[in-house]
Amino acid sequence: MKKEVQIDVKDLTVGYGDYVLLHDANYQVNKGDIFIIMGGSGCGKSSMLRILTGLLPPLKGQVIISGVDIASAPAKEVQKIREKSGILYQSGALFSSMTLAENIMLPLQQYSDYSPATMRELAALKLALVGLKGFDDFYPSEISGGMKKRAGLARALALDPQIVYFDEPSAGLDPISSRNLDDLIIELNRSLGTTIVVVTHELASIFAIGNNSIFLDAATKTIMARGDPKELLKNPPNQAVYEFLTRGEKK
Amino acid sequence: MHNKPNNSPIKIIKNGASVQVTWDGDVLNCDSDTIIKQIAAQMSNTVKQLGFAAPAHGQWDSSLLSVLFGAVQEAQRHNIAVDLTALPQNLQDLVHLALAVDRKPQHKENMQFGFLGTIGAGTVKIWTAVNNVLGFIGEVFISLLRFFSFRSVMRGIDFLAALDDCGPKALGIVALISFLVGLILAFVGAVQLQTFGAQIYVASLVTIGMCRIMGAIMVGIIMAGRTGSAYAATIGTMQVNEELDALETMGLPKVDFLVLPRLLALVLAMPILTMLADFMGMIGGAFVGVFLLDLPYQEYWKYAINAFNLKNFMVGIFHGFCFGFIISMCGCYCGLTCGRNADSVGVATTRSVVNAVVWMIVITGIITVICQEIGV
Ligand SMILES: Nc1ncnc2c1ncn2[C@@H]1O[C@H](COP(=O)(O)OP(=O)(O)OP(=O)(O)O)[C@@H](O)[C@H]1O
Ligand SMILES: [Mg+2]
Repeated sequence: MKKEVQIDVKDLTVGYGDYVLLHDANYQVNKGDIFIIMGGSGCGKSSMLRILTGLLPPLKGQVIISGVDIASAPAKEVQKIREKSGILYQSGALFSSMTLAENIMLPLQQYSDYSPATMRELAALKLALVGLKGFDDFYPSEISGGMKKRAGLARALALDPQIVYFDEPSAGLDPISSRNLDDLIIELNRSLGTTIVVVTHELASIFAIGNNSIFLDAATKTIMARGDPKELLKNPPNQAVYEFLTRGEKK
Repeated sequence: MHNKPNNSPIKIIKNGASVQVTWDGDVLNCDSDTIIKQIAAQMSNTVKQLGFAAPAHGQWDSSLLSVLFGAVQEAQRHNIAVDLTALPQNLQDLVHLALAVDRKPQHKENMQFGFLGTIGAGTVKIWTAVNNVLGFIGEVFISLLRFFSFRSVMRGIDFLAALDDCGPKALGIVALISFLVGLILAFVGAVQLQTFGAQIYVASLVTIGMCRIMGAIMVGIIMAGRTGSAYAATIGTMQVNEELDALETMGLPKVDFLVLPRLLALVLAMPILTMLADFMGMIGGAFVGVFLLDLPYQEYWKYAINAFNLKNFMVGIFHGFCFGFIISMCGCYCGLTCGRNADSVGVATTRSVVNAVVWMIVITGIITVICQEIGV
């Protein structure tokens, strides 16, 4: 059975002005994948994510999400794509002047016509899904960093997205919380069929959750390797990928 | 404070084709820059080798390491062989570590422009800045249109919070400052007017001065420092925390959501604060008049009310209205264009206050000229 393509990146050049980070990248993310974007520090992973989420325009090339080229499509269509994608930012990016429940209700207020009471129910449900049951009326400043990330995830899930993007989900989390977040990602993927794109360097996560990946390389400014991370470890295409996946062991 | 010992413990010995750098005892806090230059001066074309000799014991700090690092780099530039083997192992390792070639920084090449180039680059910079500001003003007007056609996504609660902050919470400071300004105005005026025995006109002076312009200016400066800077800091911090990215990817218009409530609140509050300032200034004047100049109380108020002129008063209020617009626009714009680190929040805050004050003065000038022309 051939899988449906959800994100199709064609001849994409990533960079800022004259400063190119990545040349002519081509890759596809299939529906239902857990897709890992990995690579050394400063190779442009976060920039790639900013392009996928439409925060940064590509220098060249196309990003086609669910059949819509987000750089050239009319604003209305891009908006529809955005409604169907959730993003978990590195710090959670919760709005500090609102309670957790209000944070989650914000996208609902914008894009749905549920009654306020239903929205509250939904917010409580999403919080419970990420293990924050009963924290509805807490402000972001009153919870820990790991909890903020989970609350951020609850907000990302508010509109039942088809794609969820994660920027370094495990950064700043203790091993257990990080593991729990991984389990949560897998659970989401399995039970809701959500496509998931993760930027991370956490090797344990990469192997635990990823079933497809690209490896960005700063020196050659290309995608140096691609495929299931576990397969890449078995048959590393070159030294750099091998060292990355084994924490710097020399072959 | 650094004390630079002149008699450095490091000796440089030139011996035919080789240069030897040696020391004994401790090398702490040495003047590495000078020593590196001294070593470099020995490197003529005939030199083929650079060697080091050092005692295995003895203390040293980074300044010694910096000498070694500098000398080795200098030698490499002159194609001179370097022999580190006579150094203690840990020093050798550190030098190798420092010299190991990592990825070179790629994009930080400082572009050197000529005179014309500098002018050109400056022009482009100004042009983009003007473009951005005009774009922002345009967005705000569109957002205002959406608001007045009831299609805005502004949250009422945000507006109320902003209004609370720039209204009731600002009353105290505005009242105090304008009372004092009225006091000062009366005092300075009184000294002059007394020489003509016309001190009763202090009442007119304070009333006209406060109502026409001083009230509005004082409120403007207070609110730029108090509220405009807070707008810039709050929105700038949201940028650092990626909250602005989150808004954007949620498809919520940033201007509706963040700028509009603050703008509306301040534009509404400023004229009211200006009225308060006018009134408090007059009370300050009366204080000086009655207690220091011994003017009769009723007399003072008679002159004050005589001098009160609705046109002047309205011009003052109009100033307040414009200042509210300027302060909130400057604050929000600086916040939205803030960089992504803590430092840039500070920069944004400073810029918001400076810009607001400058533009308030400019607007005051323009309004004054227009009033002159239409005879108000
Ligand atoms: N707004 C910007 N303007 C110019 N250059 C930028 C900008 N943002 C990032 N860069 C540069 O782009 C490069 C890649 O940054 P990016 O954040 O995408 O790296 P990354 O792969 O996510 O690294 P890390 O793993 O450390 O988070 C860096 O060298 C950085 O200096
Ligand atoms: Mg990053």
